[in-house]
Amino acid sequence: MVKISFLLVLVCLPLTFAQAQDELLKLAGATDSAASETVTGTFKATRLVNGHSVETNGEGVLLFLISHRFGTLNSGAYEFFGLDQATIRLGLEYGLTDCLNVGIGRSSLEKTFDGFLKYKLLQQQTKQGMPVTLTLFTSTAVRSLKWPDEEESLDLEHRFTYTHQLLIARKFTERLSLQLSPTLVHRNLVPARQDENNVYALGGGGRFKITKHTSFNAEYYYLLSDQTREAFRNTLSLGFDIETGGHVFQLIFTNAQGMVEKFFVPQNTGYWSKGDIYFGFNISRTFDLKGDEEW
Amino acid sequence: MRQLTLLLAIFFLSSTHVLAQERFFTRTGHIWFFSDAPLEDIEAHNRKAASILDVGTGDMVFSVPMKEFEFRKSLMQTHFNENYVESDKYPKATFKGKVINIQVVDLEKDAAYEVRVKGVLHIHGQDKSIDTVGILEVKAGRLFGKSTFTVTPQEFGIKIPRLVRNNIARQIDITVDVVYEPLTENSLQLW
Repeated sequence: MVKISFLLVLVCLPLTFAQAQDELLKLAGATDSAASETVTGTFKATRLVNGHSVETNGEGVLLFLISHRFGTLNSGAYEFFGLDQATIRLGLEYGLTDCLNVGIGRSSLEKTFDGFLKYKLLQQQTKQGMPVTLTLFTSTAVRSLKWPDEEESLDLEHRFTYTHQLLIARKFTERLSLQLSPTLVHRNLVPARQDENNVYALGGGGRFKITKHTSFNAEYYYLLSDQTREAFRNTLSLGFDIETGGHVFQLIFTNAQGMVEKFFVPQNTGYWSKGDIYFGFNISRTFDLKGDEEW
Repeated sequence: MRQLTLLLAIFFLSSTHVLAQERFFTRTGHIWFFSDAPLEDIEAHNRKAASILDVGTGDMVFSVPMKEFEFRKSLMQTHFNENYVESDKYPKATFKGKVINIQVVDLEKDAAYEVRVKGVLHIHGQDKSIDTVGILEVKAGRLFGKSTFTVTPQEFGIKIPRLVRNNIARQIDITVDVVYEPLTENSLQLW
């Protein structure tokens, strides 16, 4: 009988007194419909540094991106360490859906127009779910700079370069995210006989958040060997992101001058060791074009 | 031994019986907040809050998955989860409290009753006492609960950097709008 009453006390106790609320809360907590285990905010911007990150703009969001690179730091005091020169790319990106983005841009370098499509195929989930976010990227760049006179006979198709990328990223912790970007650049016209039309490269990089609003980023594009002349270098870029709500400011040091893949992947001539380092920035601003309908 | 089994059986039976009569629940509670900041209004809706109300004792609890707050601007939603409430670290907001004048609610009579709710709101790992009034309306065996109260980010240790101070209001109005169904053994089994 003692045993019985002991058991009963044991069973009844949690149900009475103040613990009733905890019991209820446990019950409620087990039942709320927290279905979404989506990992968000892998990176702060749609660019890691030079290259694209896995991030896409949400549906109805228009992003205006101003990218800018000064001259090289080793150009000396007369050129104010590169600040006297500049190349720029103006770009617009739009979220057709949360996963599908379309973008256009115009670079001053070789008067290049570019357009791209970006599709987020897989989204990282917490716990047992999908371990990575996978985004497909494909772009076309068109050189509009006039050919030097003697080559005027070159066809329109020689102006085109295509880039295809798999962007695979994982947010490991709140602070650390890493990305791999296998890349193929196809050029209809190459600068010299040693240069292949198809250039394969492996991009890699990541971010480390310093505060909630700032992060340090790094990115490296490794050219698989024997596809281009020796003069063309791998690209190393370092960035510092500052996010202030609708804006992201990215301060950048890189050995690549161009801001589209055709420049910074297969035909980058800068040496970090010789001081061919371009300082620059990307500034993005988002505009929400979605209507006021009930969401 | 037989006595023990009998006793336990009676106990469980009676407890489920009580459960069936006096507890109300929802899994689709609607909670939304609004902040009127200098630069832009911020509004987010969560329609996946779970709540249980025991009309016998007045005990009322909420469990709110933070990632289910939907903003019109997806970037705002990301920033809400990443920079402010830190949803990965603190995935749920909870409320543990009591309707202190639950006796005024007559389940037999369809009408709206003014109630006072006191309890502890837990967001971002921090507790805050809440004392607010609301309406509980009895209608066709269901309970419609509604209440509005105001909090500030500071009360829950949510820091707003100077850089974005004009984007986020000091005061945030929270509205709770739930429809409780009777909690039966069946609804428990569904879970």
